[in-house]
Amino acid sequence: MTERVVFEGVRLVDPLAGVDEVRDVAVADGVLSAETPSDAERIDARGLILIPGLVDLHTHLREPGGEHKETVATGTRAAAAGGYTAVAAMANTDPPADNAAIVQAVRDLAAAAGSCDVFPVGAITRGLGGETLAEIEEMVDAGVRVFSDDGRSVPTARLLRNALTYAKAFPADVVLAEHAEDASLTDGGQMHEGARSASLGLAGRPAEAEEIIVARDLAVARACGGRLHLCHLSSARAVDLVRRAKAEGVRVTAEVTPHHLVGTDDDLVTYDTMKKMNPPLRTAEDRDALRAGLADGTIDAIATDHAPHAVEEKDLEFDLAPPGTIGLETALAVVLTHLVEPGVLPLMRAIEAMTSAPARILGAVDHGGPLEPGRPANLAVFDPSAAWTVEPPFASKARNSAFLGERLRGRVRFTMLRGVFTVADGKPTR
Amino acid sequence: MNDHLLSMHDLTAADVTRILDTAGSFREVGSRVIKKVPALRGRTVVNLFLENSTRTRISFELAAKRLSADVINFSAGGSSVAKGESLKDTALTLQAMGADAIVVRHSSSGSPLQLTRWVDAHVLNAGDGTHEHPTQALLDLYTMREKHGRLDGLRVAIVGDVLHSRVARSLSIGLVTVGAEVTLVGPPTLIPPEAPAWGVEVSYDLDGVIPKLDVCYVLRVQRERQRLEYFPSVREYARLFGLTSERAQMLPETALIMHPGPMNRGVEIDSDVADRPAAVIEEQVTNGIAIRMALLYLLLGGTGEAEAA
Repeated sequence: MTERVVFEGVRLVDPLAGVDEVRDVAVADGVLSAETPSDAERIDARGLILIPGLVDLHTHLREPGGEHKETVATGTRAAAAGGYTAVAAMANTDPPADNAAIVQAVRDLAAAAGSCDVFPVGAITRGLGGETLAEIEEMVDAGVRVFSDDGRSVPTARLLRNALTYAKAFPADVVLAEHAEDASLTDGGQMHEGARSASLGLAGRPAEAEEIIVARDLAVARACGGRLHLCHLSSARAVDLVRRAKAEGVRVTAEVTPHHLVGTDDDLVTYDTMKKMNPPLRTAEDRDALRAGLADGTIDAIATDHAPHAVEEKDLEFDLAPPGTIGLETALAVVLTHLVEPGVLPLMRAIEAMTSAPARILGAVDHGGPLEPGRPANLAVFDPSAAWTVEPPFASKARNSAFLGERLRGRVRFTMLRGVFTVADGKPTR
Repeated sequence: MNDHLLSMHDLTAADVTRILDTAGSFREVGSRVIKKVPALRGRTVVNLFLENSTRTRISFELAAKRLSADVINFSAGGSSVAKGESLKDTALTLQAMGADAIVVRHSSSGSPLQLTRWVDAHVLNAGDGTHEHPTQALLDLYTMREKHGRLDGLRVAIVGDVLHSRVARSLSIGLVTVGAEVTLVGPPTLIPPEAPAWGVEVSYDLDGVIPKLDVCYVLRVQRERQRLEYFPSVREYARLFGLTSERAQMLPETALIMHPGPMNRGVEIDSDVADRPAAVIEEQVTNGIAIRMALLYLLLGGTGEAEAA
């Protein structure tokens, strides 16, 4: 059932429309309405902020194959709880999403759950093997726009060139998303290589591993003209490379995660496996460069890299624990608390980086605003002053948050997907 | 003393002195016919050795037994995952059995610190991955102090694969803590670029360092490092960084030659160098038992019979 509802006195922040004002926002029949229907439910939304539903370019939903970590149902519920109305589901499932059947199955599971739209990402190479191209056309035909072998880089420049070039055959604007780390330098690596890794006795993943692949990929994209997206940038020099490439007109976009915008390798001193990431948390200089890159638009979007793992998988020795943190339920609050409140990033830019920018990259035309009459009511409403502590229970099946125990400000109160509440009064409805 | 011994960073210079002094009083126990004191009677010490190490395990076992503790050896090859039970579950099991101290050897850096979050027992790091090996460092400090009569101002070179060596980390930290001058020597690929932050010097020229040393501490070099391209060949390694007979001649007469064992004779140390009087490698082993007795005694709050011993 779609709602007829009006958020009264809400602060509307809508980057695509260039709007930041206090007003009433009405929803009827699944779309935003210019008029408030007389029978609309009235919600006193004074002090709350209404934004387009968040869009995540980088979510691991784990289904099929990793249902003990997360399912499409639990992952999309976590997404809704965090204010998301659309997420891109990474292809590294088991079996991987390297064909139309898996893509369709994931989308069907999401539709049945009804919490959040899911845009499956297709694998670039068959079985994520890094050797032969997956059958990209049948996945494009099934609606896939983003392809990625996330978890590792396309191993050779030649294969990347062929993939980017081949993708130009399709009228839809296909984008290749790269996990940029040179495997020869990260093999066995547990954390950022530097003074910390040297004293902790953990093998390093050096920043130049990212820089090398970013430079290679930009050179290839510049030469063949394909559309490249760089996942979860983590190093200052990679940001510089992207900045220069964009100035030269290379068709590249980039994302950064909340944890890379906040954490550093100093966080690893207690061997806390929740802080183990690929790419790793790096230095304060890298973190500051990521923030600057996000502020000036070099980095287009904030993406969670939501990576759920079972409790027993993270409760292991550091080198045996898998990398990654969940992020869907904390992303907005982390960005508000660590970037917007201290004045590092204007609210409008933060919301843009979490809504309209990723929606554009993903080709999710119904998401990311503008929140104008007649447009689908995909939106989120949050209380910017609500303080809360990151702790279980989560809507996600997993609990491996890098922010466990942290006090954050900003909590989602309502999420609507095509005019249906997926979160009401702070609680997921499904 | 803290509740645990995880890293040489846990210890002040005064702590080190106290441990070495305590070890000194236990050293004599090992030369008796009946090598036993009742200091830890009724206490349970678990040797949790999840990485192969006969030498260190036997040393800890003897140390605990000479203190009259009940000793349980829990060994398993490979990782906790390989044996099907997680480290956490293993730790909880030992906890439930009433372990007072857990001596842990593990291939994963940081695992002793993780253990302290899961159990109440005192945790002793007996070597974790490429992180630290504090009991080795302490027995080395004991040996150096015994032979030279002091640690402050001692000039020590640690030679070899520092990058992968938990011994080098712990010993560097310990030596810097007690005021010694440390130089790390090895191929640049095997010395962390950030090592100077530990308060040590770095040199790639062993011949230039050797004539000024009080202690030449030689690390084991694993042949697999060559396969991973850290150096071109064992032959070239030995020529540049091996403690050959010729190099040993250049050492001052009073200088000690030390090695944590097991040695690769002919690689990092020439066979006849290892057998010289200046090489105190067996004494390191003997002192290891006394150091481990001292640590168990101090951590478990023994009954004061150490002094009587």
